[in-house]
Amino acid sequence: MEVFVFSLFNGVLYGMLLFLLASGLTLIFSMMGVLNFAHASFFMLGAYFAYQISQPLGFWSALIAAPILVGLLGAAVERYMLRPVHRFGHVAELLFTFGLAFVIEELVQMVWGKVPVPYDVPESMNITAFAWQGLDYSAYRLFMLVISVGIFVALFFGLTRTRIGLIIRASLTHPHMAAALGHDVPKIFMWTFGVGCALAGIAGVIGGNVLGTEPGMAIQLGPIVFVVIVVGGLGSLSGALIASLFIGILNNMAISYDFSLYPIFKELGVERNVEGVLADLVNLTTGSIAPLLPYLLLVLMLIFRPRGLFGMRDV
Amino acid sequence: MLEVRNLHAYYGKSHILQGVDLEVREGEIISLLGRNGVGRSTTLKAIIGEVEPQGSISFRGEEIAGRKSHVIARKGIGYVPENRDIFPTLTVRQNLILGQKSARPSGRWTVDSAFDLFPNLRERADIAAGVLSGGEQQMLTICRTMMGDPQLVMIDEPTEGLAPQIVKRVGQLIEEIASHGVAILLVEQKLTIALHISARVYIMGHGRIVFEGSPNDLRANDQVRREWLEV
Repeated sequence: MEVFVFSLFNGVLYGMLLFLLASGLTLIFSMMGVLNFAHASFFMLGAYFAYQISQPLGFWSALIAAPILVGLLGAAVERYMLRPVHRFGHVAELLFTFGLAFVIEELVQMVWGKVPVPYDVPESMNITAFAWQGLDYSAYRLFMLVISVGIFVALFFGLTRTRIGLIIRASLTHPHMAAALGHDVPKIFMWTFGVGCALAGIAGVIGGNVLGTEPGMAIQLGPIVFVVIVVGGLGSLSGALIASLFIGILNNMAISYDFSLYPIFKELGVERNVEGVLADLVNLTTGSIAPLLPYLLLVLMLIFRPRGLFGMRDV
Repeated sequence: MLEVRNLHAYYGKSHILQGVDLEVREGEIISLLGRNGVGRSTTLKAIIGEVEPQGSISFRGEEIAGRKSHVIARKGIGYVPENRDIFPTLTVRQNLILGQKSARPSGRWTVDSAFDLFPNLRERADIAAGVLSGGEQQMLTICRTMMGDPQLVMIDEPTEGLAPQIVKRVGQLIEEIASHGVAILLVEQKLTIALHISARVYIMGHGRIVFEGSPNDLRANDQVRREWLEV
């Protein structure tokens, strides 16, 4: 029972972190019509900026300043790089974001080196928030959860209840009409891109010190975020939320419970003492295939429901 | 108030508008007629800035050709496109609110006055606009554009695909709007409604204006009708 509760908790936490990235990516997808391969790079920049800012000024300043910097950088990328590329079509945009991801990674290595930087959980929160049945839960994890849920609520409220949210939603689906009604769509796109990047930046600030801040972090997380938005349905915010939580929980449960896959092989008539290629496979556990599960889900989703859970259009 | 001189526009390599000249005066209802594909819709799109124009378009003495759509809209030109681009996932009320150009609108039109114009919308204020009937969507698009308080509204084929009953309502709505002193540039297929409400009509053919006159001039001119309108 306690294993279940804790892996559920950690799964939700990881899922909410994924959502911070996926929400921005899915909004940007609705706007550009192509995936932004550099999205996870802004997550990485969030973590590195937070490390750099927290050195002299402390974690709290970093929590505010790093996402703002990442957001401004994102807005500048949209305005001065993506917008000129846009007229050459979707393939050009896609290749641009692909290249940008590598440029950011190289720049990060040049500035901060190839090895992880010591970006740590702030002392004040590196304590046990509560212990239960012999497992303790750190205050920082609780804090991460509060921040990410808070941002989700703010984002949802902002998009559905405010005028600017309505303008954004209208511009994403019908840019020409929104412009003809007098709304400055290019500016809205620039700031949507910026805010999407800032959300990824926040995930970097609060996740970088737990997951590790190193140049490979974008490449590691990026593909899982793609899985999330494809499974949730490209362009759908609620789909992104549900898919984030599902993949987060699935991942943690698979690792915590670490079930053996042997019974499945037994059903298929493969015995434990089998020789050859299958020898390693029969001894697999869910824990060892956990990293594979999101991609398995992606493949199944694309085969059986290409538009994802809540998507309006096929991939 | 709107003066279009020698307007050209291209879609890729095809030369759609080949020197359009037209004029709309304050408070006038003008119809732009012609067969499909002669460039009527493109003329409106070039004026609102959705298609890149060449030539001169001046609105209240100010050159607007080549400006961005939202800038042109903010100068007081409203545009109701042919495909009725409502925002389908937003509610009727939210659609209307998006017609307002700022958070504190100062115009003559409010959500309530839009509902007064077309009471069906009031009943359905809080449901998704995508489930409205074609006629209701058309009314909503027109009302939404009015929320921005334009001095000139360009309406592209508002009666296309609508039942005769609704066509009549659309005609009444347009007259009602014009009675507030708003000028209207109407692109239409159906002669009945256009001739009934317009002060002047233009006929387009092959990317330019081929006839200009009053509805009575057109009624009297069999040859023009046969050459440029009848199928």
